[in-house]
Amino acid sequence: MKHDLLGLKELSADQIGHILDTAASMKEIVKSPNKKTPHLQGKTVVTLFYENSTRTRLSFELAAKYMSANAANISSSGSSVAKGETLIDTAETINAMGTDILVMRHGMSGAPHLLSPLVSAAVVNAGDGMNEHPTQALLDMLTIREHKGRIEGLKVAIVGDVYHSRVVRSNIYGLTKMGAEVSVGGPATLLPMGIEKLGVKAFDNVQEAIVDADVVMGLRIQLERQKKGLFPSTREYFRFFGIDEQRLKLAKPDAIVMHPGPVNRGVELSTSVIDGERSVITDQVTSGVAVRMAVMYLLSRGGF
Amino acid sequence: MRILIKNGRVIDPANGIDEVTDIFVENGIISEVGKDPDLEGIDMEVIDAEGMCVAPGLVDMHVHLREPGQEYKEDIESGTKAAVFGGVTSVACMPNTEPVVDNEAIVRFIKTKAEECGYANVFPIGAISKGLEGKYLAEIGEMAFAGAVGVSDDGRPVENSGLMRRAMEYAGMFDMIVISHCEDPALGEGDMNEGAAASSMGLRGISPAAEEVMAARDILVAEAIGGRVHIAHISTRGTVELVRRAKERGVRVTCETCPHYFSLTEEACLGFNTNAKMNPPLRTADDVEAIKEGLRDGTIDCIVTDHAPHHPDEKNCEFSAAKNGIVGLETSLGLGIKNLVNEGVLTMSGLIEKMSLNPSRILGISRGTLGAGKCADIVIFDPSEKWTVDTSKLHSKGKNSPYGGFELYGKPEYVIVGGEIVINRGELMK
Repeated sequence: MKHDLLGLKELSADQIGHILDTAASMKEIVKSPNKKTPHLQGKTVVTLFYENSTRTRLSFELAAKYMSANAANISSSGSSVAKGETLIDTAETINAMGTDILVMRHGMSGAPHLLSPLVSAAVVNAGDGMNEHPTQALLDMLTIREHKGRIEGLKVAIVGDVYHSRVVRSNIYGLTKMGAEVSVGGPATLLPMGIEKLGVKAFDNVQEAIVDADVVMGLRIQLERQKKGLFPSTREYFRFFGIDEQRLKLAKPDAIVMHPGPVNRGVELSTSVIDGERSVITDQVTSGVAVRMAVMYLLSRGGF
Repeated sequence: MRILIKNGRVIDPANGIDEVTDIFVENGIISEVGKDPDLEGIDMEVIDAEGMCVAPGLVDMHVHLREPGQEYKEDIESGTKAAVFGGVTSVACMPNTEPVVDNEAIVRFIKTKAEECGYANVFPIGAISKGLEGKYLAEIGEMAFAGAVGVSDDGRPVENSGLMRRAMEYAGMFDMIVISHCEDPALGEGDMNEGAAASSMGLRGISPAAEEVMAARDILVAEAIGGRVHIAHISTRGTVELVRRAKERGVRVTCETCPHYFSLTEEACLGFNTNAKMNPPLRTADDVEAIKEGLRDGTIDCIVTDHAPHHPDEKNCEFSAAKNGIVGLETSLGLGIKNLVNEGVLTMSGLIEKMSLNPSRILGISRGTLGAGKCADIVIFDPSEKWTVDTSKLHSKGKNSPYGGFELYGKPEYVIVGGEIVINRGELMK
């Protein structure tokens, strides 16, 4: 049977733990002077991105290359429909060229789920619409585990545009399975209805969301949401929901600060928090390469 | 052709009949209802309907036949074939074709085409506004004279409240019902019902208020001018309540729901199942309960399919990119029996009332009854006979049904349209 990584919704706590353990050893490779292993020798990894991305894509590409895979990129501006070829046709074409792992980002939720049964390559979801971004949540969990020694029992507060965030959904599925307590916060217009049913607490008040948190995570606020009337201005957003040093005092004294990037300085987080000693944002980036190495390696070996 | 239907359970809510008796059909007309008609020596077909229900052919007042213009999805021939396999002998077809049914010529085209190749009666519905653009009234009077039985911009809401008012006034002159697709566009932007299921999949939610806001508006407009309005495909508890209270006040409002709104919930969309994507979207279990209650207490007048065939490529794609709608003509009776009659929500006679008599009355067409002298459109089915839906075997060109594998009851054994047997022992005759 073929194995994919479509989301953390589909994984068990044991599987997530196994990926994180593998990623921890991969991180040694990323940090070592000789970044070349034979883990994916002879395998072909194609990244198919229908949305702009620099860091996620580079992260996957480097992860593949560090493990000696053949790596190629395809990007498409706009949707597959606009381009005239359907997503399914594009994916089947890439598959027919001998692709072993298809890493895909798409603007519509469920796009990798659509492809999974149609291609022999392992499908890795690198972000689908507002649904999931599983490798981001895995790298977040790896970073948390490294800094806190555990995930179980921690309180994680995630603040920002919860409605549109695939990062938050994957983190909710992953963190709750690993035993963390998750609270989400943001303007009422950016909190999806029924999110509590996923096992989290939701607050339209940033103070309540982050009080006593072990981990405080900001989510990117996109300017286009302002144009759609979901909040009045980034200035007002920061006033009521931005995390600065003052607000951070509500969290535990040893709380760490995270952000999936790219950060809008002075919107989600203040510059002093981003550059402060509690910030682990650059460490998240390193974890990202390690997690993607682990995911692709495990998929090439028959799954998690 | 003469047909004697013997020993069936004849269900004719228009005449308060629900008893085992015989029906004699001659020259396309029901000539006699009653036991042992004196027919000695007359040459005729005899249908032994023992153990079966004999009911007026179903009238589905909300169907998309897609012709003219979108024959790759469905055409009049395939759509009416699907209809008769579902026991539906009359369909009212929606005007969102290409070109739009907004003038006499297209109405006549549909009627002519249906006479040439249709298996069921086709009653066209004309557009409210020219080109469905919501700006200017279509030529409603001329369409009425050409045979249109109602007007609707179905698929799109009439955003302009003033235009809706004028439509009710103007269509009223010709005794034409205005059928309103209720959806506030700004609230209705989304992929599926708003709530936990949408949030769990990262899909954009459609608030129930999108439907309710416009249903409330149309009810108030009808009330203010004494006009008549029919609310299409209602799906929420709130809309049921709005219609219930309006009827109590004497507002001239009627409404319809679809089998999916009493058979499925938003959870059918889980796993990005595009065959459960429709507009209005599938709602919650609580809404399903309210729809059933509305059917039970008479708030909801009829059951229609909103039969919306699509090409496989239009469903085999990303959820957000997939077209809205499902096919329904071949499963509506089965779902009605399974989820309403067998669950005690409606009697069999009550189901037939909502699937045949009431839509006929709302449209003002002389169908939906087995009274002597009436047009012989009849469906005969065994309500205890179980069958399993195989979507690949549907007769519609569209296979976009969420009911694959469902066990339903009561596949039509015989369907008679205008006194001709079209379905005989489950098989198509012509």
